[in-house]
Amino acid sequence: MASLDDLKKRISSVKSTQKITKAMKMVAAAKLKRAQDSAEKGRPYSEKMNNIILNLSNGISDKETAPKLLSGSGKEQVHLCVVLTSDRGLCGGFNANIIKKAKSYFAKLNKDGKELKIITVGSKGNDQLKRVYGNKIIENISFKNSKNANYFDAEKVGKIIIEKFQKEEFDICTIFYNQFKNVITQIPQAQQIIPLNTKSDDQNTSEDNYEFEPDEDEILSNLLPKNISTQIFKAMLENSASEQGARMSAMDNATRNAGEMVDKLTIEYNRSRQAAITKELIEIISGAESL
Amino acid sequence: MSDEFKIEIVNPEKSFLSKEDVNEVVVPAFEGEMGILKDHISIISFLKPGIITIQAKSGEEKYYVEDGIIEFKNNTLSILTSYIHNLKDIEKNKLLELLKNAEEESNKPEISDQLKYLADQKVETLKSIN
Repeated sequence: MASLDDLKKRISSVKSTQKITKAMKMVAAAKLKRAQDSAEKGRPYSEKMNNIILNLSNGISDKETAPKLLSGSGKEQVHLCVVLTSDRGLCGGFNANIIKKAKSYFAKLNKDGKELKIITVGSKGNDQLKRVYGNKIIENISFKNSKNANYFDAEKVGKIIIEKFQKEEFDICTIFYNQFKNVITQIPQAQQIIPLNTKSDDQNTSEDNYEFEPDEDEILSNLLPKNISTQIFKAMLENSASEQGARMSAMDNATRNAGEMVDKLTIEYNRSRQAAITKELIEIISGAESL
Repeated sequence: MSDEFKIEIVNPEKSFLSKEDVNEVVVPAFEGEMGILKDHISIISFLKPGIITIQAKSGEEKYYVEDGIIEFKNNTLSILTSYIHNLKDIEKNKLLELLKNAEEESNKPEISDQLKYLADQKVETLKSIN
């Protein structure tokens, strides 16, 4: 059995860990509120953007001449996967879930004999993927310095993707991120952004005749790159809300576990203290008897 | 019948402005300024850098935009833009900074014609505000 001193040390160390996790939980809760707000505020933009593009792509006369970002390059050989993760750890299964989702997708691509290229956004994803897929990672982007997800960062990622698409480095682009449902549930998502999936729930696609200025093709070819940045921005917002949510519940668990551990150790400490006293008493009594 | 329609301006971060009592909006569309009144035909168009003027019952407002898409449908005007600023609140320093950036961009040698045109528009608009 551990000595009293050892137990005392362990109790105090667990207690200080508990303090840290508690503080982290509270910080995450405060950040979560903000991240959630901005995720909700950002939704109208991406929804509207989507609607306009749907209306446009319905109105487009000739699918053959449609911009490649919409119709694809005609091949399905090279897949680009953009994996969005966080830059910091200690957020439960947040990163692991995205990576798991991505890896199962990679495995499927491998089986089908497709070529794979990976862009990681966020250093945690890079750390976890580079061991197995190190040679596939063509770019690693990290926004450690920006406090909140912002549109300029998303635009940077978008530009990189579009540039690569124009150089015909890949045919299909998919992004991986966590969708924020609530504090305890985040759903890892795989969303294809190039070519754009224009199948929709028909309620929004009215048969309205739009007037276009300039013509459809030109609008589309200007709009589609923007849409990619918008989708990435949406993913980043969802991700940052998810990250804080995951961290909050992970830290909540950790705090609770630490509390349980302190209780257990305290009981053990008291027991061994009592045992030591009893032992001493027995020694004294038996010593007195032998006289 | 009133001659009012609805306008919504959203940027990626949030819903920027929403008004129900708008009489007329003038937007800097790609092929020239365009005024929109109630019951305009459904239209989708692009914005170039310029000034959006909103005539509403509650008064006139002016906004500076750098880019954007507008969609008018069922008497709702949606404007999506990544950069918008109310002219009333914009500070002199900020304006000068924007102007400087735009001028720099327009003077870059390797710039494409379209980008150059946009940058020039920016410079012109910003100068007119000053």
